[in-house]
Amino acid sequence: MSDSGATNRYVLQAKNLEKSFGLTPALRGANLDARQSEVLAIMGPSGSGKSTLLHCLAGIFKPDGGEVWLDGQRLDQMSEEERTRLRRTQFGFVFQFGQLVPELTAEDNIALPLLLNKVNRSEAYTRARSWFKRLGIEGMEKHRSGELSGGQAQRVAIARALAIQPKVIFADEPTGSLDSLASEQVMELLVGAAREQGTTVVIVTHDPRIAAYADREVVVRDGQVTTAPRKQQAVR
Amino acid sequence: MSTSYALLGVLGRQPSYGYDLKKDYDTLYGNERPLAFGQVYATLSRLLRDRKIATETTEQAAGPERKLYAITNLGRKDLEDWLVTPEKLHPNTQTVLLTKVVSAILLDKEPRLYLDAQRAAHIERMRGLTDARRKGDFAQSLRADYALFHLEADLRWIDITEARLETLIKEIRGE
Ligand SMILES: Nc1ncnc2c1ncn2[C@@H]1O[C@H](COP(=O)(O)OP(=O)(O)OP(=O)(O)O)[C@@H](O)[C@H]1O
Ligand SMILES: [Mg+2]
Repeated sequence: MSDSGATNRYVLQAKNLEKSFGLTPALRGANLDARQSEVLAIMGPSGSGKSTLLHCLAGIFKPDGGEVWLDGQRLDQMSEEERTRLRRTQFGFVFQFGQLVPELTAEDNIALPLLLNKVNRSEAYTRARSWFKRLGIEGMEKHRSGELSGGQAQRVAIARALAIQPKVIFADEPTGSLDSLASEQVMELLVGAAREQGTTVVIVTHDPRIAAYADREVVVRDGQVTTAPRKQQAVR
Repeated sequence: MSTSYALLGVLGRQPSYGYDLKKDYDTLYGNERPLAFGQVYATLSRLLRDRKIATETTEQAAGPERKLYAITNLGRKDLEDWLVTPEKLHPNTQTVLLTKVVSAILLDKEPRLYLDAQRAAHIERMRGLTDARRKGDFAQSLRADYALFHLEADLRWIDITEARLETLIKEIRGE
């Protein structure tokens, strides 16, 4: 799948991004490219600007300077309304703490973004339920998401992110609160399903074992992106 | 050292011919580093000398006779003692990494370049292992996990060293 899906086209590009919070510079000329189907890890010390970079790439923050390109479009110049529509239709998000809606059931949570994208109700629920076997939590469709364990909730969050078949998934420390085994299940699911769908995945992590699931890693340091000196890797 | 115990362990389950012993070893402990036949027979002759194993010669209907190796009571006792003895810890495994960092500082070079390159090499290796564990059987994936956690420990050291480089440079230069 990844062979046929992968191209050399950049789905996402950041050029010379600058972003400050008050007097604190968080990004100081950050550059980044991600290809279609590529799984990219963003590493680096705490406070170096990883999350800020991710938020700029995803159109959540507007950078002070520089450009963000999504599939040939300038994301950073879009109106707030356009960016919101884009986030809803083209992007999936997974953060450290699932941000599932705790009062809703597991299947409601996965169906929600589909409903927001105007998929009809029965279709949305059929698609939502089709995930549970793969998530390894068959039978928990009607459990409120607040009753799921951290690892189960993270897997539901991944299904929710993937359900709309986004172009890009943004994940910020998606396994941050999980033990090794649960982290592994989450990463297998995320990377496995993303490869099948040809989705690009950008993962912020400080955990090298998580980064090892990616095709490539970059290191953010003092608001800049450094790529380690070595041979160019082929995209798998 | 541990090769001889690994072979004793295989023989502890059932007697075996040299060729099968090598094959079992390779399957259990990793086809990436197969045991050379020379090493198998050298180890077996040492074990024979120490009376930890014994041989039985079997007649073949055709072809040369083959030696069947079996563990002795002495061998089993030694193996079982070894199994419950904790391993000595090796505090100096990081010596090479540390030596490179300190030497770079002594020569006024940029140790960060080395640490970055080493980090990339470690993660590249971890990527290979992560791939291998997905495709392999359970024993293979446990073996990969062991290597992954050790590489992770190195990486933590690399990260913390990089974060404290300024202090280390001052200390080494006596400032
Ligand atoms: N909303 C905000 N308001 C003010 N300052 C912020 C905000 N978000 C980030 N910063 C600052 O910007 C810098 C980069 O922060 P960022 O969250 O991107 O780091 P990070 O690499 O994700 O760190 P961590 O690994 O700890 O999550 C930090 O100095 C941080 O204090
Ligand atoms: Mg962060």
